[in-house]
Amino acid sequence: MDAFADLANGFAQALTPITLLWCMVGVTLGTAVGVLPGLGPALTIALLLPITFKVEAANALILFAGIYFGAMFGGSTTSILINTPGESATIVTALEGHKMARRGRGGPALATAAIGSFVAGTFGVLGITFLAPVIVDFALKFGPPEYFALMVVAFVAVSAVLGDSRVRGLTSLFLGLLFGLVGIDLQTGQARFTFGQPELLDGIDVIVITVGLFAVGETFYLAGRHWMGRDEIVPVAGSLWMSKEDWSRSWKGWIRGTLIGFPIGAMPAGGAEVPTLLSYYMERRLSKKPEEFGHGAIEGVAGPEAANNAAAAGVLVPMLTLGLPTSATAAIMLSALQSYNINPGPMLLKTHGDLVWTLIASLYVANVMLLVLNLPLIGLWVKVLKVPKPYLFAGILVFAMVGTYGVSRSVFDLGLLLGVGVLGLLMRLYDFPTAPVIIGLILGPLAEQEFRRAMITSQGDLTVFATRPLAAGLLVAALLLLVLPPLIRRWFTSRRTGEAALEG
Amino acid sequence: MKFDRRQALAVLAAAAALPMTARFAHAEQILEQVRFFVPANPGGGWDQTARTMEQVMRTAGLVGSAQVTNVGGAGGTVGLPQFINQWGGQGDGLMVSGLVMIGAIIANKSPVNLSMVTPIARLIGETEVIVVPKESPFQTLQDLVAALKADTAAVTWAGGSAGGTDHITAGLVAKAVGADVTKLAYVAYSGGGEAQAAILGNQVSCGISGWGEFSEQVAAGAIRALGISAEERIAGIDVPTFKEQGVDVTFTNWRGVFAPPDITDEDKAKLAALVDAMVKSPEWQAEVKKREWLDVYQPADAFAATIDEEMTRITGILQTLGLA
Repeated sequence: MDAFADLANGFAQALTPITLLWCMVGVTLGTAVGVLPGLGPALTIALLLPITFKVEAANALILFAGIYFGAMFGGSTTSILINTPGESATIVTALEGHKMARRGRGGPALATAAIGSFVAGTFGVLGITFLAPVIVDFALKFGPPEYFALMVVAFVAVSAVLGDSRVRGLTSLFLGLLFGLVGIDLQTGQARFTFGQPELLDGIDVIVITVGLFAVGETFYLAGRHWMGRDEIVPVAGSLWMSKEDWSRSWKGWIRGTLIGFPIGAMPAGGAEVPTLLSYYMERRLSKKPEEFGHGAIEGVAGPEAANNAAAAGVLVPMLTLGLPTSATAAIMLSALQSYNINPGPMLLKTHGDLVWTLIASLYVANVMLLVLNLPLIGLWVKVLKVPKPYLFAGILVFAMVGTYGVSRSVFDLGLLLGVGVLGLLMRLYDFPTAPVIIGLILGPLAEQEFRRAMITSQGDLTVFATRPLAAGLLVAALLLLVLPPLIRRWFTSRRTGEAALEG
Repeated sequence: MKFDRRQALAVLAAAAALPMTARFAHAEQILEQVRFFVPANPGGGWDQTARTMEQVMRTAGLVGSAQVTNVGGAGGTVGLPQFINQWGGQGDGLMVSGLVMIGAIIANKSPVNLSMVTPIARLIGETEVIVVPKESPFQTLQDLVAALKADTAAVTWAGGSAGGTDHITAGLVAKAVGADVTKLAYVAYSGGGEAQAAILGNQVSCGISGWGEFSEQVAAGAIRALGISAEERIAGIDVPTFKEQGVDVTFTNWRGVFAPPDITDEDKAKLAALVDAMVKSPEWQAEVKKREWLDVYQPADAFAATIDEEMTRITGILQTLGLA
């Protein structure tokens, strides 16, 4: 096969010492950026763009790809250890991951995240190599009605993160939907809920809400608790490494996460957050121990982590095959190409094939490097939990503030961050789950825009959702997911307790 | 290794050129330092323009040092008040901005506008292009115009955000052909990639955006270009203009530079000379060619007149579109 020969050439390029060094710098930097709340890969790469005036095209791209993958790895570490997602795609990881860490199982949580990311990353890169044209054809079939239907499925999946109290969970979700409305409406250009503040015209950054609710809110909460003299995190209990049971509970999640993440990531409006949520929902439904969810179930870390890394690889599919930048990071990587007089487009693979294959080979290398870098570090990372809380959270607060200010250079955002932090504290005190806020903030605008796009293209005809087979199929799936589990649960109530393991 | 040899050659060449550039630099340096203000986040078009200017000015030895500050948000209307209030009177400041900001100021009802800063020069531009999916029945702009006249709401357009340059151009075209502009079925996307995907997937009737967004897709035959908004045909772009096809609309999405308010005439003259020298340098011309920018250089006075005209025209069309 041609792809093999090209890939072999790519590897020959990617395994030169200089290239390896750039890759190493990239993944290290990416991991650091992923760990720091507030800083993201898109901004990091944007700040590094001027190096394209000096560095060769292949090396710059490899550096950027390393940062991109590294950030996905790094983001999960802080989610698990200190309940502070470094990236919006690792929010779901914090749900079970941090619970595991609190029970002293931080080591296995980090391990399943790292290996899951590696497995998904590897399958993702394989997918880019061999499946890209097929996946892209499928992804282009998704128009506004299909995306809206996909968002409906995602909204059903939100039920998995609502927590014990539906009312509280839904309140949080609607809070997120409200935050999502702030800013200029894309379809009409009109400002909504901005109260005359120009800083709010672009909407509220997901990062500000994430860092505010999780990091700052958690800091306030722990400051209060510490003062009350309670402390509960167990640094390490039991083995650092995954047990046999952990392995057998993880591997299916990795595979399923990859299968969900890669195609959705490849969709132009798919993103990495929706697949993590769907994966979490699926793991929770299929788990043999659903009662552990909410208290640190390893499947809930394995699946979403694999899903976000597979999605990260998926995003590169439209970028490399069609020249379509479908995420902020991909857009900036493409603008880097323009500095080299390379116009990204459908001809990229033909006109600059060597460059593309070097990049793909580097992604494999970056994946291996990240695993090698991260597994031994687990022992070191869990020591973070031994740091006395006041110091740890003072540090987090500083990083969160610096990260937020660094992104926007806006004092307004700092005020917003603290305000959201107070909200996070109140939510924790009164037992409202915080994850639905972020998910509402991400899903709400997507669903709204896609619905309105569908309405504009169909001239207000609601039947598009029924007449287009893909959209109709997804909506039926959503309906079944909503209706079947309770029915099945009732059916099995006499035999089992807790949630049923089966569903449609 | 290839890389090492190339690097060695580059170092040699640089060493050989060093005395020369040093002499030139000394002879031509116009300002000790220049500070760029970019009212957008790193990575976007204005930011790239500023960083390219910075690079060119330094390698050509026109300035001693240069730095870039980014204050992004809402089409530049977050950064503009800051530039007006905090940079006033500073003779080494240059803000990179463009036509997009005029639209944003009007649509966002911003309390400040571009008449409060000092225009220095219009630099580069890009033509808008209307494209259709390759499966589309429309072969020429006239086909599209006929459909637009018959049932405006049935022709769906994919482009950038509402009230942006793409939307404005679509509105001008609809108005020029006598279609009902208020019925324009414009589907806004936040990024070029998403809009392109909708066109490639045949989800909309046509797409409108800057030529650079679509050029590669057109070259590959994945989509078809029907017309460009430029005044006349552009070398290297094998697409007829709107005007040639009987649609009397010309539109160029330009970027330019502005100095802060209240600077002295002497400072203004120096900045204008600096930008003029940069535009004429071979380094700048090479970058313009490489990045496929359109050179639409206009010095300060002509630029000020252009801004006034555009403000009137854009306000009018945004009002018709119901955005202002």
